[in-house]
Amino acid sequence: MTTTPTLSDQQKKSLDDILARLKDEPGPLFPILHAIQDELGWVPEETVPAIAKALNRSRAEIHGVITFYHHFRTHPVGKHMVQVCRAEACQSMGSVALECHVKESLGIDYHGTTADGQISLEAVYCLGNCALSPSIRVNDDIVGRVSKERFDEVIAELRSAQ
Amino acid sequence: MTTRIYVPMDSSAEAMGAKKTAAAIVAEAEKRGEKIELVRNGSRGLYWLEPMVEVETPEGRVAYGPVTAKDVAGLFDAGLTKGGKHALSLGLTEEIPYLKKQERLTFARVGIIDPFSIEDYTKHEGFEGLKKALKLAPADIVKEVTDSGLRGRGGAAFPTGIKWNTVLGAQADQKYIVCNADEGDSGTFSDRMLMEGDPMCLIEGMTIAGLAVGATKGYIYCREEYPHSIRNLNKAIEICVKAGYLGKNILGSGKDFDLIVREGAGAYICGEETSLLESVEGNRGLVRFKPPLPALQGLFGKPTVINNVMSLGSVPIILARGGEFYKNYGMGRSRGTLPFQLTGNLKHGGLVEKAFGLTLRELLYDFGGGSASGRPIRAVQVGGPLGAYVPESQFDIPLDYEEYAKVGAMVGHGGLVVFDDTVDLAQMSRYAMEFCAIESCGKCTPCRIGSTRGVETIDKIIAGKERGKNIALLNSLCDTMLNGSLCALGGMAPYPVVSALKHFPEDFGIDKTAAA
Repeated sequence: MTTTPTLSDQQKKSLDDILARLKDEPGPLFPILHAIQDELGWVPEETVPAIAKALNRSRAEIHGVITFYHHFRTHPVGKHMVQVCRAEACQSMGSVALECHVKESLGIDYHGTTADGQISLEAVYCLGNCALSPSIRVNDDIVGRVSKERFDEVIAELRSAQ
Repeated sequence: MTTRIYVPMDSSAEAMGAKKTAAAIVAEAEKRGEKIELVRNGSRGLYWLEPMVEVETPEGRVAYGPVTAKDVAGLFDAGLTKGGKHALSLGLTEEIPYLKKQERLTFARVGIIDPFSIEDYTKHEGFEGLKKALKLAPADIVKEVTDSGLRGRGGAAFPTGIKWNTVLGAQADQKYIVCNADEGDSGTFSDRMLMEGDPMCLIEGMTIAGLAVGATKGYIYCREEYPHSIRNLNKAIEICVKAGYLGKNILGSGKDFDLIVREGAGAYICGEETSLLESVEGNRGLVRFKPPLPALQGLFGKPTVINNVMSLGSVPIILARGGEFYKNYGMGRSRGTLPFQLTGNLKHGGLVEKAFGLTLRELLYDFGGGSASGRPIRAVQVGGPLGAYVPESQFDIPLDYEEYAKVGAMVGHGGLVVFDDTVDLAQMSRYAMEFCAIESCGKCTPCRIGSTRGVETIDKIIAGKERGKNIALLNSLCDTMLNGSLCALGGMAPYPVVSALKHFPEDFGIDKTAAA
C-alpha cells in the first residue's frame, strides 16, 4: 500500500481553482478529473470529498468513476510515462518479445515505476500507429517500428534529458 | 522565390521522426540562405514512406521519403527546393501508384492542405457542403444523406440518414450531435488521420448534422491516447469560430452550433455509444439498455445523433456533391467509399480509400506489397479486435457489409491487421478473450464472466487438457456471449475465437476434420 501524502497548500489551491472553474460545465466530472491529473500528476484520494461536495454527488460515485477508467491514477507516477502497445497489430510485428525486453531492461512490470523515479510503465491497447507497429508512447509522443535497440535509445535519451 | 515544403505533423509521421526532419529542413534552409515556407500538413497515408517530405514545384508536388533528419543536408545538395533528383525521390506525389489508384472522397484533403488554414480548406471544396446545407430545409439535408446510402462507418453500418431522421422527428428543447472519436480498435487510424490532418472536415460534418436535426450543440469524444488529435481539433474549432463558420450565427444565417471536445480516459468500452454518453455525462462507462434509443433519449436524456468520425467526415462531400454522387461508388447496399487501413505485418502499411467491392487480396498484395517479414500471409483480422480472422481461402470475397456477414466476418471500419505464418491463432484467441475481460464494463454477465472463462478454457485447450470437451465448451461459451451480451464487446469478442477455431483448428491441436 502506498500511503497518501497530504495535499500541500498549493495543491489545495489548484483543486479549488479547478472546481470553481469547471463545476458548472455540463457533465463536469471528466474535465475536472483531467485537470486535476494534469496539474498534480495523479488524482489523490483526498480530492474526492471536495469533488463530491462541489458536484453534489456521493464520494462513492466519484471514486467509482476514477477507478473505472485506466487513465486516472490514484497514486503518483514517475517523471516519464512509457506505454507499450499490446494490441493485435503490434503483436503481428513482434510486440510480445518487445514487452519482455521492456520489462527486463527497466526492471519493472506494468503499473511499476523505476527505482530512480524516472520511468513508469503501463500497457496500452492501440495508439493508432498500426501501420508502423510495434509502437510505444512516451509521454505525449508515439514512437513507431520499435526494435529492442530503438527502445533502449529512447530510454537513454529520456534519462539523459533530465 | 519562397518554396513551400510540406512535412507532416501526423502522429505516425512524427513517430518516425518528422518533427526532427522538419527542424533540420528549417535549419538547413537558413544556413544556405534559401527561402522556404514550411507547412506541417497531415499524412498522405503512405506510412511506410514517412516522414514523407513534399516540395511544391511548377509541375506539382514532388515527394521524398522516408526522410530522416540526417538525410536533409544531402537533399538540399541535390536541389530539394527545385524538386531535384535524389535517392529518396518518389516523383510527383499524385503519380505514386498507391495514391493514384485510390478514390479519395472523405480523405480528399488530408495530407494536401495545412490543417489550420481556412484558405487552404475552402480552396479544396471546404465548407461547400455547409453553404449548401444552410440553403436547405432540415428534412432535405437528411434526405441527401439518406440518398447517399451512407452507413455508420464505426463498424455497425446502420444507415446514417435513418438515424438522423429519428432525431429530426423528436421534439425537445435541446438536441445534441455527438461524435464518437474513441477509435480504440487495433488496426485503425483513419479517425486520427482525419482529425489531425483535416479537422475542419469533421467540424463541418457535425455542423451540417446540427442543421439537419435541429441540434445547437455538439461534443467530440476523443480518446485520451490521441493527444495530437485533441490539440488539432481544439485549435481548428477556435479558428472556425473566429471565421464565422461555427458558433453563433453561422455565416450570417442566424443558426448556431457550438462544439466542445471531450477527452476520454482509456476505456475501450466507451467506443460503445451508450457507454460513451455515460462517460460524457461524467459517469462510469456502463452500457445502457436499449431502448430508449440515443436518438430519442441520448446525451443528458435529450435526442442525440451519435456518429463515428468517418460517418460525419463523409457528410461535407455528400452535401457538396449530392447524395447521388456518393451513391455511385460501391456495391450492393454498401455505398460510397471506405478508408481501409492496412496494418500489421505488411510491407506497405497505410490508408487506402476505395469504393466498397474490392477484395482483401487486392489490398494485401496490390497495395500492401505482401508481408513485411517476407513470409506468407496466413490470416487477416478484419474490422478490429472483435472481427473475424479471415483465412486465405476468403481473400477474394468482395469487401461489402453483406458479403462479409455471410461468412461470419465483418467489414466493420475497414481496419485490417495482417499476420504472417508465424502467428498462433490459439494465442490470438486467448488474447481476444483476455482483452474482453480487461475492457468489459461489467454490467452483463456473459461478457464480464464469459471472457474470463474463455481465457481459462483456451488455456486448457492449449495445454491439451480434455481438448475435445473443452472445445465444445468454448463453442458453447461463445454462443452464450454472442447471444446474451448487452453490447458488441461481449457480443462480438467470440468472432475472432470462433473464426480461428473454424479456419485454423491445427493451432488448437486438432485436425481440420475434427473441427467441422
